[in-house]
Amino acid sequence: MFNDIGLILPELVLFLGAMGLLMLGAFSSKDATRTVDFGAIILLLVAAVLSLTQSQNGYATAFNGAFVVDGFAALMKALTFVATAIAILMSRDFMAREKLARFEFSVLLVLAATGMGMMISANDLIALYMGIELQSLALYVVAAINRDSLRSTESGLKYFVLGALSSGLLLYGASLIYGFSGSIEFAEIAKAFQPVDGQLPIAMTIGLVFLIAGLAFKISAVPFHMWTPDVYEGAPTAVTAFFAAAPKLAGMAIFLRVMLTAFPDAIIAWQQIIIFVSFASMLLGAFAAIGQQNIKRLMAYSSIGHMGFALVGFAAGTQDGVSGVILYMTLYAIMTLGTFACILSMRREGGMVERIDNLAGLSQTRPFMAACLAIMMFSLAGIPPMAGFFGKLFVFRAAIDAGLYGLSILGVLSSVVGAYYYLRIVKIMYIDAPSEDDYQPMPRELSIMAGVMAGFALLFFVYPAPLIELSNGAAAALLNGAGTDVVTGLLSRP
Amino acid sequence: MTGIGLTHYLTLAAILFTIGVFGIFLNRKNVIIILMSIELMLLAVNINLVAFSAFLGDLVGQVFALLVLTVAAGEAAIGLAILVVYFRNRGGIAVEDVSQMKG
Repeated sequence: MFNDIGLILPELVLFLGAMGLLMLGAFSSKDATRTVDFGAIILLLVAAVLSLTQSQNGYATAFNGAFVVDGFAALMKALTFVATAIAILMSRDFMAREKLARFEFSVLLVLAATGMGMMISANDLIALYMGIELQSLALYVVAAINRDSLRSTESGLKYFVLGALSSGLLLYGASLIYGFSGSIEFAEIAKAFQPVDGQLPIAMTIGLVFLIAGLAFKISAVPFHMWTPDVYEGAPTAVTAFFAAAPKLAGMAIFLRVMLTAFPDAIIAWQQIIIFVSFASMLLGAFAAIGQQNIKRLMAYSSIGHMGFALVGFAAGTQDGVSGVILYMTLYAIMTLGTFACILSMRREGGMVERIDNLAGLSQTRPFMAACLAIMMFSLAGIPPMAGFFGKLFVFRAAIDAGLYGLSILGVLSSVVGAYYYLRIVKIMYIDAPSEDDYQPMPRELSIMAGVMAGFALLFFVYPAPLIELSNGAAAALLNGAGTDVVTGLLSRP
Repeated sequence: MTGIGLTHYLTLAAILFTIGVFGIFLNRKNVIIILMSIELMLLAVNINLVAFSAFLGDLVGQVFALLVLTVAAGEAAIGLAILVVYFRNRGGIAVEDVSQMKG
């Protein structure tokens, strides 16, 4: 019993902390937004450290196997929590200036992070559903947080309807899987889902397809991407920054865990689907973004494309592939948060601007912001020696090793197409003539964040080993179920 | 005489689920109908879970069904809350009006 409590400690800290912060905000006589924001950031960082220390326990399950803690969960949770904390930090200036500064925002983000932690650690279908819903219910509200704006509430409504649809698909799949395997535990399902004569029985395949549809929705992979551009554009920019990073990390983590621990032998059935989804996401991300004028909408298509690239490593289904996905998602989260630190700084006298044309001549008016954004764009495009290139390198290498030549070639080609719209932004900033009205100076937190992320993306190639090592350790922990200790393994490295 | 077997329940659930999905996509009138369709989908899942649970002689499915009911209630509450703030801004809840953003 106490062992179980110890294993869910990071989530427990977040959950109780969120309740405490809610009370603080509700009963405080003066505006408690600042206290609650920093309280939430501290909670998230504490939870991240706690989950990293948990990887020392090796592989352990709690609550009759419903909840699993291993090196993979520890690393992905820590990344998710830190990404959420950064999103809160970056949101503060934006929310205050848009008159949206409410303490509920941070509390909701902490609750969403709790859900993400629970879903990353899910080890049966009930825990999976509960984690996903806990995350999603908080995210729907956060999307509509600007309740006086038609666009924000509309994006919340769209996200809610399509999110509920995807939860329905996921549940229907889960019910069929439960029926055909007789158990909800991933390990038991893995025993039942065995191919017969090189093919999975059709009934099992149907359940699997529904489950994949629900999970693909959460990472906004084609053909379940339709909510992404509208939600990214309509939600307040600080919320979009959060949506683009933490939920994607958590979604990809649970996608990997479900497929690789519950359906390891059914890979012949799901590999085809992942290949298709990956291929379609990369193509849509590359082509649909070309005509976009709104930078938030462009980032939405960019994130769809990046999910496609991450899925290339997933489709390989090997340890190298999983390690590549983890590395890719980590770098993607860093690049996206850095890009949004710049987008959140696109503020003129009259308020926020979102059009790409508004960036014209930024290199002359705001050289630091232009430099950070340019580095991020080069990195997202995957141009060496930026961090984004290494992410792509690892997933494509894993795919080549697994014999997925067609997917890799198409991936590289769509990456070339995608480079066009990233580089167009750089061209607009550095070559076009600036307009008259100037941007306001970058808020301090945002310039620090943009600088740190840009520095990371630029200098990652100097010493990439720790992150690669961590991803390898986490991938081994996920695939072997062994208690690979990602943290101390890293520290004791010669 | 032939009793009602697992297949009947699964067929019923599949039909209800399909009606729910089509209710979301074909409905052009009212967002409330979408909320009802979502509930229908979740109830179809519950029928599946309870039928499998009885068929397998395993209680877990019924526990799952109870959890789904609970979460569905929470989901409906949040959906209606978002719908209310949307209505305040837009002055209507017709599905065609939910189209500020396109492309």
